[in-house]
Amino acid sequence: MIRMVNICYNSPMHFIKLKRVIVSGYRNFTRSGFTSFASVLIMTITLFVITSLVFIQAALNSSLNDIKEKVDVTVYFVTDAPESSIESIEESLKNLPEVSDITYTSQDQALLEFKEKHSNDYLTLQALDELDENPLGATLNIKAKDPSQYESISKYFENEGTLSKGALTIVDKVDYHQNKIVIDRLTSIINGAKKLGFAVSFVLVLISLLITFSTVRLIIYMSREEIGVMKLVGAGEDYIRGPFIVSGVIVGVIASIITILLFIPVSIWMGNQMTDFIGINLFTYYKANFFQLFIIMLGSGAIIGSISSIFAIHKYLKK
Amino acid sequence: MIYFNNVTKKYSGIICLENINISITQGEFVAIVGHSGAGKTTLTKLILAEECPSEGEVFFESTDIHKLSNKDLTKFRRKVGIVFQDFRLLPNKTVYENIAFAMEAVDKDEEDIKEDVPRVLELVGLNGKEHNFPHQLSGGEKQRLAIARAIITQPDLIIADEPTGNLDPINTNEVVNLLKKINDLGTTVILTTHNRSVIDQVKKRVITLENGKVVRDDKDGKYML
Repeated sequence: MIRMVNICYNSPMHFIKLKRVIVSGYRNFTRSGFTSFASVLIMTITLFVITSLVFIQAALNSSLNDIKEKVDVTVYFVTDAPESSIESIEESLKNLPEVSDITYTSQDQALLEFKEKHSNDYLTLQALDELDENPLGATLNIKAKDPSQYESISKYFENEGTLSKGALTIVDKVDYHQNKIVIDRLTSIINGAKKLGFAVSFVLVLISLLITFSTVRLIIYMSREEIGVMKLVGAGEDYIRGPFIVSGVIVGVIASIITILLFIPVSIWMGNQMTDFIGINLFTYYKANFFQLFIIMLGSGAIIGSISSIFAIHKYLKK
Repeated sequence: MIYFNNVTKKYSGIICLENINISITQGEFVAIVGHSGAGKTTLTKLILAEECPSEGEVFFESTDIHKLSNKDLTKFRRKVGIVFQDFRLLPNKTVYENIAFAMEAVDKDEEDIKEDVPRVLELVGLNGKEHNFPHQLSGGEKQRLAIARAIITQPDLIIADEPTGNLDPINTNEVVNLLKKINDLGTTVILTTHNRSVIDQVKKRVITLENGKVVRDDKDGKYML
């Protein structure tokens, strides 16, 4: 095909040839009724699988991000820690490459939140009122860019860390070690889910590609006598192969349009039913990425269609 | 024009053609006769390089057909028109397109195609059926279409492999007359058949094959089997 495109600039004869190939491929497609229908159907299934996998990956990523968001490490300071020291620790934490976000909660805020949380628990509130001073220390809530980085952040607060001895004395505790098991497990689940998702996508795409290849092979096998006649009439290889490639591209383009239309109701339904479960509204996602997805489908449809035609016809073009 | 030099063809050990030495000159009309399985079709396949000989060579003018590259083979095939017993038309193309395809294959201009196709359709008596598909034609019409396709590129040689095998006597007559007409215009014709009336009608050179060997080669032959 590329060769054809190249040579069509060279002379009007080659342009006529290209035109003939396209017309002939189009006619082959429209006149082969059921065969064309079958190949469009198979190609649509393949593209549907590929697009579903894009969706699943998006959903998986969004739920994994949700989970990641929920993981954090909190540093509790002693009650008499001076605010300026906390601020300087916060500053130095911000410079760590692993840290994505830090929230500072002052002593007063912590008390307020505590009261709010226990607003129905009269006894606790009364006990709190009995105290002269605020028993709660200020906290720093740290979010890492990746769950596996919490360990190195928590090490920062240990003796070997880069913090000066003086700064360390105001740290009451870091809750990383209590959460360590949960964080480790989440990290391994997230990594596992990513790997599994990739492996499943790969296998499914491979299977659907193989089915498309076999279908195209079968269709060209049915045309083997026709190919033989074309050869005997003296048609060159490009001239025989060309129309089959054109038909393959037409199949791919039609299948991609059908798939993109099919996904409108599918994504609306998924958006209504499953947004809470997977964390994003798939219809919104579909709308936002419509053109990108359409180009992916159109491209893969046309490429799969033409490449499988080229492979399948190769056998019959030999002597 | 065509020379068979000691050609032997075996299919998995079984001899199909043995020590064939034939020479066919420009403008000849040659009928190759023999029972089914005598090797007639194999002989034509050897000329078209659809099959390779097990021993010996087949020459077209001075080139060994079986040593041609794919590209040169395509060029060679353009000099040969073929007609088969089972027509071998392109089922998805109309009468007009079937003939136009043969012209497009040899890079003819659109103007030539528009001019020549109706002329040849008239010659074989298919005018008015341009837009029919092969499955809408009778056997005789299909064969005349196949002949039209074979002659449209003005080949040096026409090979007709049992062209009348599937036809009734009237259509057979028409097809044979058409081939004679083409031969009168200067094209070499090789016709294989096992039909006595066809041989008696053409009254030209007859080569008789039996069990893969040439048993007779008569200048003004009659059917003798």
